[in-house]
Amino acid sequence: MATENTQTLTRQDFVSDQDVRWCPGCGDYAILSQVQKLFPTLGIPKENFLIISGIGCSSRFPYYMDTYGFHSIHGRAPALASGAKIANPDLSVWVATGDGDAMSIGGNHFIHVLRRNIDMNILMFNNRIYGLTKGQYSPTSEVGKITKSTPMGSLDYPFNPPQLALGASGTFIARTIDREQKHMGPILEEAHKHKGTSFVEIYQNCNIFNDGAFSDLTEKETKAETQLVLEQGEPMIFGAEKNKGLILDGSNFKVVKLGSHYNADDILKHDKEDKNLAMLLSEITYNPELPVPIGILYQETKSTYDDMMTNQIEEAKQKNEADLEKLFSGTNSWVVD
Amino acid sequence: MSTVKKNISEVDGATIRFAGDSGDGMQLTGSQFSDNTAIFGNDLATLPDFPAEIRAPKGSLAGVSSFQLQFSNKDIHTPGDDLDVLVAMNPAGLKVHLGELKDNGMLIINTANFTSKNIKLAGYDDNPLDGNSLDGYQVIKVDMTKLVATALEDLGLSSKLKARSTNMFALGLLYWLYGRSLDSSINFIQKKFAKAPDIVEANLKALNSGYYYGETLEVIKTTYRVNKAKFEKGKYRNIMGNNALALGLLTAAQRSGLDLYYGGYPITPASDILHYLAQYKSFGVKTFQAEDEIAGVVSAIGAAFAGNLAITATSGPGVALKSEALGLAVITELPLVLVNVQRGGPSTGLPTKTEQSDLNQAIYGRNGEAPMVVLAAATPSDCFMMAYESCRIALKYMIPVILLSDGYIGNGSEPWKIPDVNTLPEMETRIYKKKEGYAPYNHGNPDLARPWALPGTPGMEHRIGGLEKWEETGHVSYDPENHQRMVELRQNKIDIIARDIAPAKPFGKESGDLLVIGWGGTHGAIRSAVETAQDEGMSVSHLHLRHLNPFPKNLGEILVKFQKVMIAELNLGQLSTIIRSKFLVDAVGLNKIQGKPFTQTEVYNEITKLVKGA
Ligand SMILES: Cc1ncc(C[n+]2csc(CCOP(=O)(O)OP(=O)(O)O)c2C)c(N)n1
Ligand code: SF4
Ligand SMILES: [Mg+2]
Repeated sequence: MATENTQTLTRQDFVSDQDVRWCPGCGDYAILSQVQKLFPTLGIPKENFLIISGIGCSSRFPYYMDTYGFHSIHGRAPALASGAKIANPDLSVWVATGDGDAMSIGGNHFIHVLRRNIDMNILMFNNRIYGLTKGQYSPTSEVGKITKSTPMGSLDYPFNPPQLALGASGTFIARTIDREQKHMGPILEEAHKHKGTSFVEIYQNCNIFNDGAFSDLTEKETKAETQLVLEQGEPMIFGAEKNKGLILDGSNFKVVKLGSHYNADDILKHDKEDKNLAMLLSEITYNPELPVPIGILYQETKSTYDDMMTNQIEEAKQKNEADLEKLFSGTNSWVVD
Repeated sequence: MSTVKKNISEVDGATIRFAGDSGDGMQLTGSQFSDNTAIFGNDLATLPDFPAEIRAPKGSLAGVSSFQLQFSNKDIHTPGDDLDVLVAMNPAGLKVHLGELKDNGMLIINTANFTSKNIKLAGYDDNPLDGNSLDGYQVIKVDMTKLVATALEDLGLSSKLKARSTNMFALGLLYWLYGRSLDSSINFIQKKFAKAPDIVEANLKALNSGYYYGETLEVIKTTYRVNKAKFEKGKYRNIMGNNALALGLLTAAQRSGLDLYYGGYPITPASDILHYLAQYKSFGVKTFQAEDEIAGVVSAIGAAFAGNLAITATSGPGVALKSEALGLAVITELPLVLVNVQRGGPSTGLPTKTEQSDLNQAIYGRNGEAPMVVLAAATPSDCFMMAYESCRIALKYMIPVILLSDGYIGNGSEPWKIPDVNTLPEMETRIYKKKEGYAPYNHGNPDLARPWALPGTPGMEHRIGGLEKWEETGHVSYDPENHQRMVELRQNKIDIIARDIAPAKPFGKESGDLLVIGWGGTHGAIRSAVETAQDEGMSVSHLHLRHLNPFPKNLGEILVKFQKVMIAELNLGQLSTIIRSKFLVDAVGLNKIQGKPFTQTEVYNEITKLVKGA
């Protein structure tokens, strides 16, 4: 569907006339910038983008993009996006959501859209906090989180978003970080290319209510030791010296040092189509012993709900004529004259 | 056996009820008799009634399922009050329904199920067939189960399967009683069980044996004939309200050139709307069975934004879940139709029983000033027109609409004069493609409708959402004066619609002693009662409201022309309160909240009281 139009699109074409109102220093800016950079390169006419959000700081996203957009109600963006995509399958549908929006009030819609595999891209800005309501803990906050609503520390165990997505039969599950701009761009592009529901968890710093939540992962001094950058087919090696790797010890990961005992060939290679591996990778988010995986954790090719619905309708149209009068009459009509 | 000569008595009409255990097939029997009656040419109205449990304990009072219909050679409006014939397939069915059988009415009983266990389950101390408790009725005792078993002797079916055809025996007997042809049911059985020839044979045999039983034996001395009713010229069919409603929605989509999108979650008694629409895929209908009611309506809002005719249907508990999203539809000014097939509340309430207690919820049930258009269908066949009308208003005014139906008219049926699609009102949409001068919240037209610019249209990219909008641009705005303007604008949109709906017209004289006002599924009972009262010379008229928000423009003028106003509704007086506060009239309520429709007698008695002051 590329028109002449699409070739000349630039980043500026996707910048709306609204002032961006996130706090200075908020990680949301970086995500906005990457999306504005990506859209003109996708070969899609500008009018075919539709961005849908729920409620939260992150959900202000559509206002800042000069595309069709819908800022809906708390937690419901995946449902609204489902209806829009089914109504017009030509649209490129994107959902911007937060950890509270998607995992808490909208948890039900989140799991069901993944299960159905409706073709859309869900970008979840995970700051592990409720930003817009001024700093309560969220379903991704670590246990013991001290916030205004949990002065003695939160009691509930967090969700691990990729694991939840995998459990819900997600077909594209990835993670990236606001500060890793070079990593985020290609991940978003892959999410777009994937047919089906793509889920991208984006670690995002809320510098007002949860500053530094991901600093281990983003600070120069530590990030090489804490990030595991997944590359398809490549061994899972990390560390400033590239001297650590993951192997399987029974059915768990173990970190080993490359050198005398192990070399690169002994290290597990990433295979994004291996669901068991994806399960293990998605498990390790909160484990201080292990690095945090970023990249595409899992991807699977599966028919999409929207395609299947289109096919069913085509099939029905082939089989039965759309004759309203016949339908009205049913099988037991009679005439009075 | 020789055929005994019997009397044939011509009557104007009859009210009959089939009652038995949930597993006895009473709903099928009743709907078969209804279709047959419709094809024969009587006017009719039906009242199916079944337990909320799919398999309530066998033989229990809670497990009784029944189907009532009235048919007549005259124009009738209700399934009837008291019964001329009661078919009781078991003791529980007898116990629950005997009270409504007329004196000397006919009571047909399947004696096979009057076992001591069933008799106890029904709460009888002794077998009601013994003793004299049934004196005063024409009791016809038949061991239907045994007769069916004998008729099916040669078939290699289990006795359980054989017994399942017993309802067809009862049906055949009733066909004979009213001099009907068996054809419609023969066709039905052949089609329904086409894949199981032995089941076809069993059912046909049972049907025939019921018929022959009546013909051959002397037990019933008189049979009845109800002549055809006079209908306007045209093509007719018998239709259930939910089916008519689905067809109305489909027709609106076809006429407006839009695809129909339905998002919803199953709930009694609204699920059938989803079931029907799911069959219309060849018309491009998209049905989405969502994970809950919230997703149902929100997905419909997404579909409306993307340019479909968007529908969601549910019942009261589902509307409660959808409320927040309805506010979103109000503020984003998108066309959306929500159908509420009401049932008894609050909470899970009485899922399979009828009630009209969600009017307040429809009119007021959202946060903020969030007015919605509210319409109500009056009869099963009226569901078609009101569904169509709901879509017309939603699309023309860019506004969400609530259509109220209820379990009684949703599941009830009556003859429907099949409309000529081309004579239905025009459908108008606000689809907008002109880039120049486009503003998402431009209301510069007499209907105050904003333009509908669909995603995919070049040059008209815009954002909408639940935050307050600046007029014209649709940008987020917290400006105090703008908020007041927008709140008033959303109310004005509703008020303006009053110009575009049929003025209220009472049935009967334009002024008089008493005006009876009703809305929704109470139409039939009120109309019948008013007709009777009018025939007796009482000065009473009936006004049935189909538009509840806004009201017809002339409603106030009509109210003052009557000495008294009575508002009959199946709730504690929700419409009464609205009309009293809006028009300052001293309306009297007739309220019933038992999960059952009004009988015409109840309405008639109240009319008499108010007119005659007795
Ligand atoms: C029905 C409803 N309940 C509660 C709220 C209040 N609320 C708005 S945003 C939010 C949490 C947002 O957290 P998150 O999704 O993580 O977004 P963030 O602001 O962190 O980006 C809450 C509780 C609301 N708007 N609507
Ligand atoms: S509160 Fe936090 S998440 Fe929200 S805009 Fe400010 S920094 Fe960003
Ligand atoms: Mg958050």
